[in-house]
Amino acid sequence: MSEFAVELQDVVKRFPTPEGGEVLAVDHVTMQIKNGEFFSMLGSSGCGKTTSLRMVAGFEWPTSGEVYIEGIAQGHTPPFKRPVNTVFQSYALFQHMTVFQNVAFGLEMDGAGKDEIKKRVARALEMVQLTGMDRRYPRQLSGGQQQRVALARAIVKTPDVLLLDEPLGALDLKLRKEMQLELKALQQKLGITFVYVTHDQEEALTMSDRIAVMSQGKVLQMGSPVEIYERPNCKFVADFIGTSNFLEGTVKSLEKGMANVFIPAFNTEIKGIVSGEVSVGETVAVSVRPEKIRLADKAVLNQNCFEGTIDLVTYIGSDTHLYVGLNGMKLKVWEQNKISSLDPTAYYTVGQKVWLALFPENTLVMASE
Amino acid sequence: MNPYKRSPFIKVATVLVYFFLYAPIIGLIVFAFNSSRTNVFFGGFITQWGPLQMEGSTVVQSPCGPFHWFCDLTQNREVMSATKNTLTIALISTISATVIGTMAALALQRYNFKLKGFSQLSLYIPIVIPEIVMGIGILVLFSQAFNFLNSSLGLLGDSRLTLGLPTVIVSHIAFSIPFVTLVVQARLQGFDKSFEEAAMDLGANELVTFWRVTFPMILPGVLSGALLAFTLSLDDFVITFFTTGPGATTLPIYVYGLLRRIITPQVNALSTVWVLVVVAIVFLLQRIQSRET
Repeated sequence: MSEFAVELQDVVKRFPTPEGGEVLAVDHVTMQIKNGEFFSMLGSSGCGKTTSLRMVAGFEWPTSGEVYIEGIAQGHTPPFKRPVNTVFQSYALFQHMTVFQNVAFGLEMDGAGKDEIKKRVARALEMVQLTGMDRRYPRQLSGGQQQRVALARAIVKTPDVLLLDEPLGALDLKLRKEMQLELKALQQKLGITFVYVTHDQEEALTMSDRIAVMSQGKVLQMGSPVEIYERPNCKFVADFIGTSNFLEGTVKSLEKGMANVFIPAFNTEIKGIVSGEVSVGETVAVSVRPEKIRLADKAVLNQNCFEGTIDLVTYIGSDTHLYVGLNGMKLKVWEQNKISSLDPTAYYTVGQKVWLALFPENTLVMASE
Repeated sequence: MNPYKRSPFIKVATVLVYFFLYAPIIGLIVFAFNSSRTNVFFGGFITQWGPLQMEGSTVVQSPCGPFHWFCDLTQNREVMSATKNTLTIALISTISATVIGTMAALALQRYNFKLKGFSQLSLYIPIVIPEIVMGIGILVLFSQAFNFLNSSLGLLGDSRLTLGLPTVIVSHIAFSIPFVTLVVQARLQGFDKSFEEAAMDLGANELVTFWRVTFPMILPGVLSGALLAFTLSLDDFVITFFTTGPGATTLPIYVYGLLRRIITPQVNALSTVWVLVVVAIVFLLQRIQSRET
């Protein structure tokens, strides 16, 4: 068995447009997905994530580059000869077949015996908690149940790799949260590699072992959820995953993984951790997450400390979201509510002066694009 | 005042529409049970079994009683042979046109190719072109082609290529294809290609995917198209008239021929059976289409 379940090597995919031109859907993507990993491709629509997944499934062939599954180059291998199965965004359940027939389809294609099919379909349906539904038709099921049938149909053949194309997109929020946990549990139980495509960053953070953040056909960053969130390697990733405040500046000096950045808007230097790669003299983005800014009555640091005026206060129960005006800029600050007072003066009010502390260890210096 | 009060015009219009649409058909059916030999004059319903007194003092045996003219019909060799021709033409042309038309619909939905727009447009043209123009066109085509082949191959006498059943069948296939294609295309509109991808993903090759997934899913559309083609072929007069030859008379051609000679209630009996067949097909079509939703 190869170390990698799926490998994309310098894969390019171009599509012809109706006008006779070409679109570059996937732009020199290289990624290695380990065996047994829950791997997500994350990005907004049109970033190339679905096209990449479809090239693994065999529905599309790369314009150049190569897709490997379990170390074997796939070339123009058709989908029915690849050891992967797919859960489709639209589920694509066969409407003229019952739940049993849908799930049995793949086993039938493999020429499995009747008894074996019965046993394995029953086990797959049990795994997705649909026991007893086998005689229903897809149209007689709710959206969530159809989703489970699609899942059962894809796992019944115990593929090396399960490909999931935004499988939870059509479900409501509550069901989606439930299914996220169930999918993760199922993946650990089956021990097979999941390649998951989503535009929902929270979904990707919740479930994945590793995430590839994609934009305009390129992979911007690959790493664990913690790496992606805490050390985004460019402004796009920091902006796409979670919320960030951005300041523009120029790198003055670098030392032991830290950078001093001159911020023209503040007319001063800020110190922060180098996240990704930057060089002296480069125009960079300085990013601070709103939950990592500390509010204080006075300057608590010699550097990275600024006085501002509160512009807006939004009380949301567990937290208070503030906008603090500062040299013509507005910074988002999220404070956890640790008091239980009914006295309005115990909370921040609009117009109040506060000091913001941007701790260097929470301040990230990264490429501005 | 109720602004939505029905105008009496609606009632009048409804009655008129139904009268002009259905009165002729009801009249036609009533005359099929006529005790008179001519279908200009209604001599009352046939009521007795056995000997039947026709006007003009002819007595005929009528073992079928009120269904005398229907029984009489089955004795008529010309009618029987015309029925056989009609059904042969309808069956062969329906099956061929359905296969070709469905393939065309699938190709138009699935692939992008040069002249795709033109191909789509060319489907509408045979539908909107006057049938008589089509008929003449096909006739000219066949006669020119046959003349050329007969002279160049030196065919003589009975071995010469002439108009007949095959030419009628070919032309019926030709005019049925666009109808089948358009009906199947309508069905394919909502057909997501992910169904086929799912089948292939689960290990089915292209052929198995077609027979196990694509075909069952588009079957209602294919059947609607086939039934439409079948009724069109059964009914067709104009194009058949131009492309038929000796021994290939169809029912519409035969009935037209009868009208120029003598009109007996046999024609009505024949038409009655025909109406029933077509109505049955229309009901079947309705059932298929309502089952889709």
